[in-house]
Amino acid sequence: MTALLKKSPLITAGGLIALLIVLVALAAPLLAPYPPDAIHPEMALQAPSLHHLFGTDQVGRDVFSRVIYGARVSPLVALLVLLFACAVGIPLGVLAGYFGGAGDEIIMRVTDIFLAFPSLLLALAFAAVLPPSLTSLTIAITITWWPWYARLVRGQAASVAGRPYVEACRALGMPSWRILLRHVLPNSVTPVIVQVSLDFGGVILTASALSFLGLGAQDPTPDWGLMVAEGENYFTTQWWLVTFPGLAILVTALAFTLLGDGLRDVLDPRRVVLR
Amino acid sequence: MKLEIRDLRVSFGGRPVASVPELAVDGGEIVGLAGESGSGKSMTILAVLGLAETAGAAVSGSVRLDGQELVGLSGAGLRAIRGARIAAIFQSPSLAFNPVFRVGAIVSRALRQHGLSAAQARERADAAMRSVLLSPDLLSRYPAQLSGGQLQRVAIALALALRAEVLLADEPTSALDVTVQAEVLELLRELRDSRGMAILFVSHDLAVIAELCDRVAVMRAGQVVEQGPTGQVIAAPRHEYTRELLAAVPRLGS
Repeated sequence: MTALLKKSPLITAGGLIALLIVLVALAAPLLAPYPPDAIHPEMALQAPSLHHLFGTDQVGRDVFSRVIYGARVSPLVALLVLLFACAVGIPLGVLAGYFGGAGDEIIMRVTDIFLAFPSLLLALAFAAVLPPSLTSLTIAITITWWPWYARLVRGQAASVAGRPYVEACRALGMPSWRILLRHVLPNSVTPVIVQVSLDFGGVILTASALSFLGLGAQDPTPDWGLMVAEGENYFTTQWWLVTFPGLAILVTALAFTLLGDGLRDVLDPRRVVLR
Repeated sequence: MKLEIRDLRVSFGGRPVASVPELAVDGGEIVGLAGESGSGKSMTILAVLGLAETAGAAVSGSVRLDGQELVGLSGAGLRAIRGARIAAIFQSPSLAFNPVFRVGAIVSRALRQHGLSAAQARERADAAMRSVLLSPDLLSRYPAQLSGGQLQRVAIALALALRAEVLLADEPTSALDVTVQAEVLELLRELRDSRGMAILFVSHDLAVIAELCDRVAVMRAGQVVEQGPTGQVIAAPRHEYTRELLAAVPRLGS
């Protein structure tokens, strides 16, 4: 494990920040100096100070505490969305790519339908028909997200299915399910690992956009995207409302991108590491 | 005869790509299948393994292993025969191994697929590695860490460990340099002589076939145009195409 960390500073950096975010989310009640939803109208819109490190928002809530509690909202939504999108997209993509034929056509035409609409618009439509909550938000984004993974994996799986080592497996009498699970799948998912890490920030942004439109996280929830959206009106005079949750989104997205990049380098034995 | 092919026809959407009226390989014999690219050699190999259908081809005719008909056999029946009784080695050994796994894992998985325990698989793999003159330690390497010649020998070791009776060798030396090629050919002779394997050796290179094979069949555009004992075919080719192939063999000093 330590050797692995030494080999890739990217994993170390990204992993440490990601770990920090997870720890912050877990220890939020210990770290936050105030409850995230305590309203103090008399202290509204105060600039950062020693009492309120990140200042206060328009109803006097401590922005620092809300940013800390926010580590429990957006990253969790992103994690669940990507998990479900992979759980649906990867199997469909592998099956379509490996077997081809009519099943492939059907799965790919369905993804075409989903990809024909801008993903934010589609997520908006799904979120609009569901009651506004974080669960609906997760479902809505997942529905728009899985076709990307299905396509990505399908292309990889189709190319892997034609590789000589898959032919060699068949020539050795391996059953299809084993070839799929042990050979096609592992050789098809590397780009997904990278894509997932790159998408982490994208999902957080989409979730934020939907929350901004009132379709996702509802007001007392300390969602980073929602905070950015709410602080937008005050940006020219009270910069801290937008800046700190925005930085939290940036750091989170960056950490997972570094982690994904590092993982790809380490997981791929064909890649030569130059030193 | 160990392996008997009769009236084998492979076609894609009604267009025939390989047609073999008769071809047999006995134990302790190497039969060459010669011809240019696209002449149907590899399709014949795939059809013997029952894999031409997975590539989308239609197969008719008869392929018999020790008298047992393979064409039309169920998926499970074919899987039990592939590897265990009929093994295959391919042109690019470096592509025939999944880069994600250590070669030992691939070898051991194939052996366990055919009913061996992990311990037995380990033992047989080590012994087979030694008989192809490789150190069993190489099994713990990744394919990218072995040379093409080493990997081809691992592939042959796998066929040995599986105790395959028939070896289908699809251009096994074409991607290797000449000295390594000579080692692999020597190994194939060894399998024929000491283990009595039946080897179907596919190559576009008549020089290699002349050196290695007991009998030879020449294919062109999906048809077998000439076959017979190697000495006879090489010394007195009856078909124009065989003469062309022979003339295409580069000679030193010409």
